[in-house]
Amino acid sequence: MAHGPAKGIGRWLFATNHKDIGTMYLWFSFAMFLLGGTFAMIIRAELFAPGMQLVKPEFFNQMTTMHGLVMVFGAIMPSFVGLANWMIPLQIGAPDMALPRMNNLSFWILPFGFALLASTLFMEGGAPNFGWTFYAPLSTTYAPDTVNFFIFGVHIIGASSIMGSINIIATVLNLRAPGMTMMKLPLFVWTWLITAFLLVAVMPVLAGVVTMMLMDINFGTSFFDAAGGGDPVLFQHIFWFFGHPEVYIIILPAFGVVSAIIPTFSRKPLFGYSSMVYATSAIAFLSFIVWAHHMFTTGMPIAGELYFMYATMLIAVPTGVKVFNWITTMFRGSLSFETPMLFAIAFVILFTFGGFTGLMLAVAPADIQYHDSYFVVGHFHYVMVAGAVFSMTAGIYYWLPKWCGKMYDETMGKLQFWIAFIGFNIAFIPQHFLGLAGMPRRYADYALQFSDWNMVSSIGAFMYGAAQLLFLYNVIRTIVAGEPTSEEKTWEGAEGLEWTLPTPAPFHTFSTPPEVK
Amino acid sequence: MPINATQKITLKLVVVAIGMFVFAVFLMPPLYDVFCELTGIGGKTKGQFEGTTAAVDVEREIKIQFVATNNGAMPWEFSPLQYQVRVHPGEKTAVEFYAKNPTSRDMVAQAIPNITPNNAAEFFHKTECFCFDKQVLKAGEEANMGLVFIVDPELPASVTTITLSYTLFDVTEATEAAVATTN
Repeated sequence: MAHGPAKGIGRWLFATNHKDIGTMYLWFSFAMFLLGGTFAMIIRAELFAPGMQLVKPEFFNQMTTMHGLVMVFGAIMPSFVGLANWMIPLQIGAPDMALPRMNNLSFWILPFGFALLASTLFMEGGAPNFGWTFYAPLSTTYAPDTVNFFIFGVHIIGASSIMGSINIIATVLNLRAPGMTMMKLPLFVWTWLITAFLLVAVMPVLAGVVTMMLMDINFGTSFFDAAGGGDPVLFQHIFWFFGHPEVYIIILPAFGVVSAIIPTFSRKPLFGYSSMVYATSAIAFLSFIVWAHHMFTTGMPIAGELYFMYATMLIAVPTGVKVFNWITTMFRGSLSFETPMLFAIAFVILFTFGGFTGLMLAVAPADIQYHDSYFVVGHFHYVMVAGAVFSMTAGIYYWLPKWCGKMYDETMGKLQFWIAFIGFNIAFIPQHFLGLAGMPRRYADYALQFSDWNMVSSIGAFMYGAAQLLFLYNVIRTIVAGEPTSEEKTWEGAEGLEWTLPTPAPFHTFSTPPEVK
Repeated sequence: MPINATQKITLKLVVVAIGMFVFAVFLMPPLYDVFCELTGIGGKTKGQFEGTTAAVDVEREIKIQFVATNNGAMPWEFSPLQYQVRVHPGEKTAVEFYAKNPTSRDMVAQAIPNITPNNAAEFFHKTECFCFDKQVLKAGEEANMGLVFIVDPELPASVTTITLSYTLFDVTEATEAAVATTN
């Protein structure tokens, strides 16, 4: 019995269909991406020239904090959950997610979490101003009163993530089509499965650390207060025990997307599938035992510094396996360079660059120099933006025709790619120079010798920002007025169950499971 | 009610999530304290030293520096009388710290010691220290507070300077609360 979606707003409010929920996740995260991007534009506009021009230093601190929080928890994480909602059931031949009602709940609490967080911008005392890492005692003893809104916001966002992950694990483990064995799963499904386990393990730790802050601020405990027998360094340990796996939570699904796109446009199967699976698992395991490399300057004993340094460098091995597999997949392939492939190749190049600067930061004696400098800012934007966001953009262009049955404008897509690629590098390469020259992060002003590269960096950031508006326009234009396509395989080289479905993908798919050989 | 495979895995994962929350809030802080105590990381010194050490090692000379800090809004004047002394390991040395309560109310303070470098902490023995007790000063009162220490001759050869830092905490309210409960 075929029936379509409900009419009106109820379709979205009471949505249990994985495609509808995926769509909402994607639009919500794009809205957050624009909000966080606006904060970034304010930051770069203020840093365009030395001295204070546009905003007060207090507000600048709120901008850096909110930019980080909104981008990590509002833009990148929900966008990949949205992609997982759309693609995992299609790729494993399932009719829907395993827990559709929980899926609705996990999406619909998100806007409330971010409403709490963003509302602090309009309150007395202002938004959180202690950096996205919210180190105690900045976030406890010296925090604005609005910190409680931040804490409850993080609780809600964390609950949403945990529910989303449980749903994904239950779906992948229980709803695979007959014959879809674990080692036949598309790599996007594998990377998301591992990511979901990471999320279930560390999001409660994040909830725990903000709960301890809440107790310290309001109920007289002293977890992080030395005056009461606590220790602010403990905060950093617990935070980074969450925070380092979090980095891989963000990047692993991006690996999955790229592993789907590169074989399609190379017209070759992915090289080294099983090594990809094992490398992903190895990265996930290692992510739990390297957290203190964020804390080399806290006064760790030399044995600790050495351990965390070598363990961190070890992550380069499985990551290298993945990069070489992508390159080998392209090697002697019949390559074509549509927009998704351009973003995917840029991902491989720029993510590797970000990985190398990560290795530089892993060297404990050198890190003491680089710590909290713009070098670090440059490094993590290479892995977060050129890594996660480029891969997300590639994924959206890749699957958009399948979702809406219309083709995006290839010329505009390529134009967006080149503006984004060039703008991104103009924005972030100079930040490495600035950091090495000694410019610290998170300040509203800087010494005169940093002026030129800051101006260059700001120009690049504005370019990159403009490219996102073009992206928004291209996606809306595709949905409203794109050229209709009904080919099952949008891309001739594409493999996988999602390409056996009609285009656009019907509201209900795989009501009878497909047979996988 | 029969439980299907999806409910089973959901239940397990919910238990894992709650377990990780409990681990973060209730286990990580005490584990961290135990770890720091066992390894000596954090530079916490031990209590009163009762034993004796070997003969004085006149070949070595260790520089001991003293730092006195007020925590937060603690209003006392607090400083070492000598900022630096040179001692031989095994030698018993006495120094004094000065404290004055300039406020118009009676106050109680507690000094918390910390040693840098960390690996010197277990070789710095205090036979007498004002930090073993709370310090009570009436309004406007001042006092010299004593410290007697011995540097263990076993001190690693790499250590030539030890910094002993005291942070003074205002515990007036906490002490009054404790007295009120006992009465």
